[in-house]
Amino acid sequence: MKHFADLFNALDQTTKTNAKVAALAGYFRAASDTDKLWTIALLSGRRPKRGVTTTLLREWAAERADIPLWLFEECYPVVGDLSETIALVLPPAAGSSARSLTEWIEIVRDLGKHDVPDKKQIVLTAWDSLPPIERFLFNKLITGGLRIGVSQKLMTRALAQATEIEEATLAHRLMGDWTPDKTTFDDLILSENPEADASKPYPFYLAYQLDKLDALGPAADWRAEWKWDGIRGQLVLRRGAHHLWSRGEELITDRFPEFAMLPDFLPDGTVIDGELLAWDHTNDQPQSFNALQPRIGRKTVPKKLLTEAPAVLYAYDLLEHQGRDIRDLGYDARRKLLSESIAGLPASAPIRLSANEPFSSWPELAAKRDTSRDRLAEGVMLKRATSPYLSGRKKGDWWKWKVDPLMIDAVMIYAQAGSGRRANLFTDFTFAVWKGNELVPFTKAYSGLTDAEFRKITAWVRKNTLERYGPVRQVTPEHVFEIAFEGIQKSPRHKSGVALRFPRMSRWRHDKPISDANTLDDLLQMLETYG
Amino acid sequence: MVLEFRPQGIYCPAGDFYIDPWRPVARALITHGHADHSRWGMDSYLATEAAAPVMRHRLGDINLDTIRYGETRQIGGAQVSFHPAGHVPGSAQIRVEVGGEVWVASGDYKLVDDGLSEPFDPVPCHAFITESTFGLPVFKWDRQADVIDAINAWWQASRDAGRYAMLGAYALGKAQRILANVDSSIGPILTHGAIENTNAVLRAQGLKLPDTVRVSAEMNVKDYPGALVIATPPAMNGPWARKFGNRSTAFASGWMAMRGVRRRRAADRGFVMSDHADWEGLNTAIKATGAERIFVTHGYTAQFTRWLTDQGYDAAVVETEFEGESLDSAEPEAEPAA
Repeated sequence: MKHFADLFNALDQTTKTNAKVAALAGYFRAASDTDKLWTIALLSGRRPKRGVTTTLLREWAAERADIPLWLFEECYPVVGDLSETIALVLPPAAGSSARSLTEWIEIVRDLGKHDVPDKKQIVLTAWDSLPPIERFLFNKLITGGLRIGVSQKLMTRALAQATEIEEATLAHRLMGDWTPDKTTFDDLILSENPEADASKPYPFYLAYQLDKLDALGPAADWRAEWKWDGIRGQLVLRRGAHHLWSRGEELITDRFPEFAMLPDFLPDGTVIDGELLAWDHTNDQPQSFNALQPRIGRKTVPKKLLTEAPAVLYAYDLLEHQGRDIRDLGYDARRKLLSESIAGLPASAPIRLSANEPFSSWPELAAKRDTSRDRLAEGVMLKRATSPYLSGRKKGDWWKWKVDPLMIDAVMIYAQAGSGRRANLFTDFTFAVWKGNELVPFTKAYSGLTDAEFRKITAWVRKNTLERYGPVRQVTPEHVFEIAFEGIQKSPRHKSGVALRFPRMSRWRHDKPISDANTLDDLLQMLETYG
Repeated sequence: MVLEFRPQGIYCPAGDFYIDPWRPVARALITHGHADHSRWGMDSYLATEAAAPVMRHRLGDINLDTIRYGETRQIGGAQVSFHPAGHVPGSAQIRVEVGGEVWVASGDYKLVDDGLSEPFDPVPCHAFITESTFGLPVFKWDRQADVIDAINAWWQASRDAGRYAMLGAYALGKAQRILANVDSSIGPILTHGAIENTNAVLRAQGLKLPDTVRVSAEMNVKDYPGALVIATPPAMNGPWARKFGNRSTAFASGWMAMRGVRRRRAADRGFVMSDHADWEGLNTAIKATGAERIFVTHGYTAQFTRWLTDQGYDAAVVETEFEGESLDSAEPEAEPAA
């Protein structure tokens, strides 16, 4: 595992993308095929099945470190990472090990087959034979979630350098539900076999937020669609079966049984990119994102939910037509094929075409965009008429042009420390607005401040804690923050009666005393207007 | 009580003096020169001879009396002596004896001999006031020699890659500890003005530091290729640092033991080096005093106190305004006195 630890160190010790790619490419050139495959798997979020509970790991670590369990539990939130906490409290290793990454993974994978005393023996022996970094990585193999600042995109680029295979080709090969146990480096990466996995989706094309409208050129070169707030999804129909993928590359076919009828209507070799939305069939329009929310986490869907929040795929694009990858065609050409493909479907079929919103000038489109909230849309998408379907987040041909967020000024009243990269720093805050002389909490927010601002507010929280409730600190109401959010909904579960969508801190209002913060009435007014 | 905890600081009724007070008082005994222990506005100060020059440099024209390590002085009804704390040059634990009962206020301390500060000397006592900046078992320092080797290797690699090696460290203590121990044959050493000012004071009192060059506005940094640049932490991200262009950045701090902190600082490297005691250090020091009563100040106070209570000590948390080790300031920051 030493090579993998060296790679980890190299990645962890730099913030520069080029240095990370170089380190990864170097590793991919030198490592064994199985180590490479596992490294790709780990960096794309795959991991061996967990064979031992974290409760046991904590107990064993405390015992081995000769500290009481409560003290271990106190350390954990400070460090913010269980694997690292364990690696830090343990005494120095007595032995050493020359096992490869793959061999360690096999040990971790097989842990589940042993009874508890044997598991303990295996884990303690491992801890005692690994230096600190490898020990941390070993723990990560058990607990999962190894995040080392390498995106899939960056990993793919490094792999492309090492294998001299094109990045887009590799990105496609890496999609889908493969695991290192079921494939080999040769089969997955090196061989040209598009039929290897009938469920395999294409990498999603993602857009950046538009910054300058002027740079786009003539309006005639562009097409506009409404941007909806749902779940981006890809529907794959091949060999008589359908597969539904989320943007996070999660297979969610079983959560949306509505689509099971589609193989009867659409031909094999069809792949559609779109947005999953909860649909209001009576008025033939989308429901709010809140309606879809209960369906996201569920593996199986109760009947009631299927009736209340039936899903449709709002079709944006066609990626595969009659078994042919058509991503290189222009947008207009793909869209023509898309509308032809779904034109003959009955109204009961869970697919709607995302129509192009006609416009002849930018001001005309800007005016339409201003009506987004009334239509329950988030804004508009702009796509160049000639654009191919690229993979990943790319600038130039596709832009999202969201409406400006809603804003409210609120008072910070509770603070909680973050974890991981944000451990030991207060980053999670609860905000309140005025109801008479009382401050009523209405939202939490975690993001939007700079690291420097988080450090500043952390120092302030430490000195201005009024009361502690476990990890939560009540602080002196003193600071006003501007909270930006995308939408507002009625919510009986919240004391304020409202729930916000995507709240974040957009500005620290040093200039405002708390008496100038907004009121609950202001918030309810917003609910009235935009809810 | 030999010592009491008052809103102004740690107070000795028998001698009518305070130790490291954070509000203006008539008589202050100071453990060391960091700004959270040595503040403005006291009518008179008493500190070790080795701590005095830095205090004068920072606090200006103050009424400062000095004392040698180990020398006993009678103040009112209290016998007072200062003993090395190993934290920074001149730092002391203050021993106070009243009617045969001995209390020790340790200020900040570390047990490792850093090659520069007077090494920590355990002082037997009945009650011990300890810091707890790193009072959790996740904090365990590597041997200084290993950390210095790692710093040298990083400097050398940066130099060979045509980069400056920029290291963030406190202006008093950490910066000089690094200077005194790195391999100065690797290349030139440049220092931030705040650090160089402290260097000058410490050199004048006889501490041996390698040659360093103060970074100034007029300086052409290209004249010093492959240099090690010692910066104060706040200077690391500002315009001061940017003029060095291609550089590898690092911090030297106990907080670097945690990956989350390391990543948040977005520095290339983090060297785990602290002038505070680690977990083992705190426990060893406390045991060595033979004290039964332990008062725990700044740091992981609640957790460390519970641990000490578990171990059979009569331990309690004391709220102070000491800061411990911070990554955001040139050194522990003092709040303006109210």
